[in-house]
Amino acid sequence: MIVAEDVHFCYPNKVEALKGVSLTVKNGEFLAIMGQNGAGKSTFVKHFNGLLKPTSGKVSVDGVETTKTSVAALARNVGFVFQNPDHQLFSETVEEEIAFALKNFGFKPEVVEERVTWALNLLALTQYRKTSPFLLSGGERKRVALASVLAWDPQVLILDEPTIGQDHEQKEILRQFIVQLQTQGKTVVIVTHDVEFVAECNPRVVLMKEGKIVAEGIGKEILTNPDVLAESSIVLPQIAQIFMKLSQLGLPKNIIDIYEAEKIILNAEETKQSK
Amino acid sequence: MSVFDGLKFRKIHSPIHDLDPRVKFAYVISVFVIAIIFYQIIPLLFLFVLQVPFVLLAHVQRQWLRSLRGAAFLAVVIFVVNVGTDYFTSGYAVTAANIESAAALTLRFVVLVESFSVFFLTTSPDHLGLALEESRVPYEFAFAFTTAVRFVPVLAEESQTIMDAQKARGLELEKGGFLKKIRNYIPVLIPLIVSAIRRSLELAEAMESRAWGATKKRTNLYVLKLHRGDYALLAITVGLLVAAVYVRIYVPIPTIVHLLKIKNSAFTIGI
Repeated sequence: MIVAEDVHFCYPNKVEALKGVSLTVKNGEFLAIMGQNGAGKSTFVKHFNGLLKPTSGKVSVDGVETTKTSVAALARNVGFVFQNPDHQLFSETVEEEIAFALKNFGFKPEVVEERVTWALNLLALTQYRKTSPFLLSGGERKRVALASVLAWDPQVLILDEPTIGQDHEQKEILRQFIVQLQTQGKTVVIVTHDVEFVAECNPRVVLMKEGKIVAEGIGKEILTNPDVLAESSIVLPQIAQIFMKLSQLGLPKNIIDIYEAEKIILNAEETKQSK
Repeated sequence: MSVFDGLKFRKIHSPIHDLDPRVKFAYVISVFVIAIIFYQIIPLLFLFVLQVPFVLLAHVQRQWLRSLRGAAFLAVVIFVVNVGTDYFTSGYAVTAANIESAAALTLRFVVLVESFSVFFLTTSPDHLGLALEESRVPYEFAFAFTTAVRFVPVLAEESQTIMDAQKARGLELEKGGFLKKIRNYIPVLIPLIVSAIRRSLELAEAMESRAWGATKKRTNLYVLKLHRGDYALLAITVGLLVAAVYVRIYVPIPTIVHLLKIKNSAFTIGI
């Protein structure tokens, strides 16, 4: 469980990026932190594994305050996948890249081997085991970065802008993957402004603006509330927009799921025909 | 990134910022030369103090102090190495004169750092490029130079992100002995270099698609012209250089030890 209490954070250049943020992320929860650029989303999640320490307030992970321990110790439980895979790939082969963190955490060689094979398999990278990560495509590099974090099986997974530069198929794979992690009881936190992706996943949504949390709740509520979204410069998901425009037909407004939308439209059609 | 901050240009107006970059560069180079030709502490102290009015006029005290703090570690190394070598070469004794000469050499380094720091703090990369161009350096080189300077803060920021990304994978940069610590930086350096190369290729493509180099003869929006202040600085520079060469050749410079009449009664460190 991650608990942030009245977290303030000031960068060395005196920019106050967080102005009193409080949030509890429960174990096994799926959370999306949204907001426009510069809202403080990335700054906030960097507190979850101790990369940044609050200027005031406190953040604790499983009861341990982040100021009282090291990033390496926290990282064992909190995996963090950065936005740009090129900021972390450095090894000669994909295999070594994935083994890097495992070696840092002091896993035994045979366990490292086993974990690498598992992670490669999980993200469909087995064929690239001996390839240089620099020769892979953008999407594949992103998967290697993800695999290199998943390899040590952290309880919490933080994904910073996981959908940027990914085609629809990759996004779908990622979504299914997150669902899979959920069934294993893992906590997943994503930082994103991809409304469509969030609409499909339907996690708990936290909206941030100028270093503060402005709204939080289930996706269906937040993503269909035009006033709240407009405040954070986020556009409604397309399905929500349609239902918003069709509301005078007596259809419900808070729809973001495509299957639910289909059902409602078919129902409406049926009732119309039966009349 | 304190060292980079000590060299990072910020656009403000001051008599020093508005000086012609060529003249400023000539001044920095002559300070450099003077610092090199003297090895006594008194002229080096003079050179050190000489920079202070420039810093105050340019309102860059804070950044300037930061660059000095950044240089402090190397300065200490230089001092220790010098005292150490003297200790071993002069019969296991540390004399006041030894310490003075080590201090002088350290001060020389500090003078070099501070004068370059003032120069970079008060000269915009654009002006620098312009100065290079007007000194008949081919435009391609001038452009490459200014671009390199401009990308330093970008790279500094990027290296911070990379360090974060690797720390998040359990890398402990400060762990281990001296050699291990250096090896710890490999996972930071490789992504940094790779992304710098990638960025430069992208930049080249972006520039070519905007017709870079289409005309052979370029004109500039701003043209450098010498003003009164520039002539004043030029006069100071030439005066300093001439005076320094004169002093160096004809005037014997006493050491502080000599002035204080400390007898060279070598206080030997007990073994």
